[in-house]
Amino acid sequence: MRSGNAPRYGLRVIALGYLLLLLALPFGAIVYYTFQDGVQPVLDALTDESFIAALKLTLIAVLIAVPANTIFGVACAMALVRHPPRRGTWFINSLIGLPLALSPVVVGLALILVYGQDGWFGTWLVENGIEVIFSTPGIVLATIFVTLPFVVREVIPVLREVGTDQDEAAWTLGASRFQTFFRITLPAIRWGVAYGVVLTMARALGEYGAVAVVSGRLAGKTETLTLHVDEEYLRFNEVAAYTTSLVLAALAVATLVLMNVFKPKEYKEVADVDRRPPGHQAV
Amino acid sequence: MIASSFEGGLSAFWEQVTSPAAVAALKLTFVASLIVVAVNAVSGTLIAWVLVRDDFRGKSVVNAVIDLPFALPTIVAGLTLLAVYGPRSPVGLDVSYTRAAIVVAMLFVTLPFVVRAVQPVLIELDREMEEAAASLGARPFTIFRRIVLPNLLPAMLSGAALSFGKAVGEFGSIVLISGNIPFDTEVASVWIFKAIESDQPGAAAAVSVVLLVLSFVVLAVADVLERRSRRHDA
Repeated sequence: MRSGNAPRYGLRVIALGYLLLLLALPFGAIVYYTFQDGVQPVLDALTDESFIAALKLTLIAVLIAVPANTIFGVACAMALVRHPPRRGTWFINSLIGLPLALSPVVVGLALILVYGQDGWFGTWLVENGIEVIFSTPGIVLATIFVTLPFVVREVIPVLREVGTDQDEAAWTLGASRFQTFFRITLPAIRWGVAYGVVLTMARALGEYGAVAVVSGRLAGKTETLTLHVDEEYLRFNEVAAYTTSLVLAALAVATLVLMNVFKPKEYKEVADVDRRPPGHQAV
Repeated sequence: MIASSFEGGLSAFWEQVTSPAAVAALKLTFVASLIVVAVNAVSGTLIAWVLVRDDFRGKSVVNAVIDLPFALPTIVAGLTLLAVYGPRSPVGLDVSYTRAAIVVAMLFVTLPFVVRAVQPVLIELDREMEEAAASLGARPFTIFRRIVLPNLLPAMLSGAALSFGKAVGEFGSIVLISGNIPFDTEVASVWIFKAIESDQPGAAAAVSVVLLVLSFVVLAVADVLERRSRRHDA
């Protein structure tokens, strides 16, 4: 036996063991605890009114946040790549990335301070009978805020790589800006957009902290799926909590599959790289 | 929000930020995040190494699964961690309501950052340098320390900075498993959440600003480090 292989196996065992404890075990636990009392309680939980209401609200938030951020994301990426500001790129980069690094609770707080009863627009909103905080618009706003960066961040590198040659060719042939965008630019960046949309969707489905702050938690009214998990757990309805978790986890796995379909090339190659015979290994 | 935190003037801001419970929460968050970053730098690099240089059945699945914490809602992560490492733990490890639980939750949600930062650099890394060193008689550990590590360092740092930013603000995965005991297992985001619930938006805003500044600094540092690591590549 090559003694050089021993450290390799050691590293492999450590890495996989770490992943087993951190990822696989918890994932198996969701399935186990969901079906701990059989299938019937699971079906009951899935047909429960508050679950269906939560599912509806989550879908509303996703269906508004995803298109909004897709349009904003593509527009913003176009502006940053095609007409880059002369200085302060690092500042703009940090600003776009901020919702990623910002605590979701802080996002919720910011919305309350602006749209809440005592907030900057509070008086105006109350006078006009518009409810934002503790109501659906607040949840939608929070979802939009936390999912803001994904499309921008995925589209910018793709846009940079495709360059402007084809667009310029289209212009010289008399295409309008509108035509150029929809027939040249958009098809060129479509996979980057798709990847960004998948990430946006995943985050929108799973947002908890920001939504928890602005929702007010009226069961059946302002409760999203993630809040429903928490609520049922605190009410000792374990099966309902785990069932909802399993639904969300299944959506997460679906997202993961889509992510791998749309993932930029350089990551995809990771699994196929290095098919050299073991003797070639340096370690 | 920054304006609201200073509504009562600078002294009121300072008072809120330095209230004992707030300081305890901020300190705990900071220390736990640092531990998480240190563990991640090592484990993330190790996982990236195994994914790039090793070969075994099911590697592509393992590679895909790394992103799971990105896709899994944080509250679901919290609930499942509680199921595995809580009072009814099937592996006999109960860390619920302790500070260790906070670290475990943070480790879960930050898993992909260092792995995904180091992986592409490791793929691009020219193996000839290592082979040259080996032919000159360098031991594997020396090769790793003198050749591989310096090349990976910028990527490790930028991945670590991103994990730090995420860990500092983490809420959903921590809230169920930590027990949120003030002065003991209450992290900053939970402290802010409680302050909002008990109608103290000023205090919540003040501590939020501290977190905000911290995140912004870390993000800017990550940006600089990432650009430096890219320059290193070219």
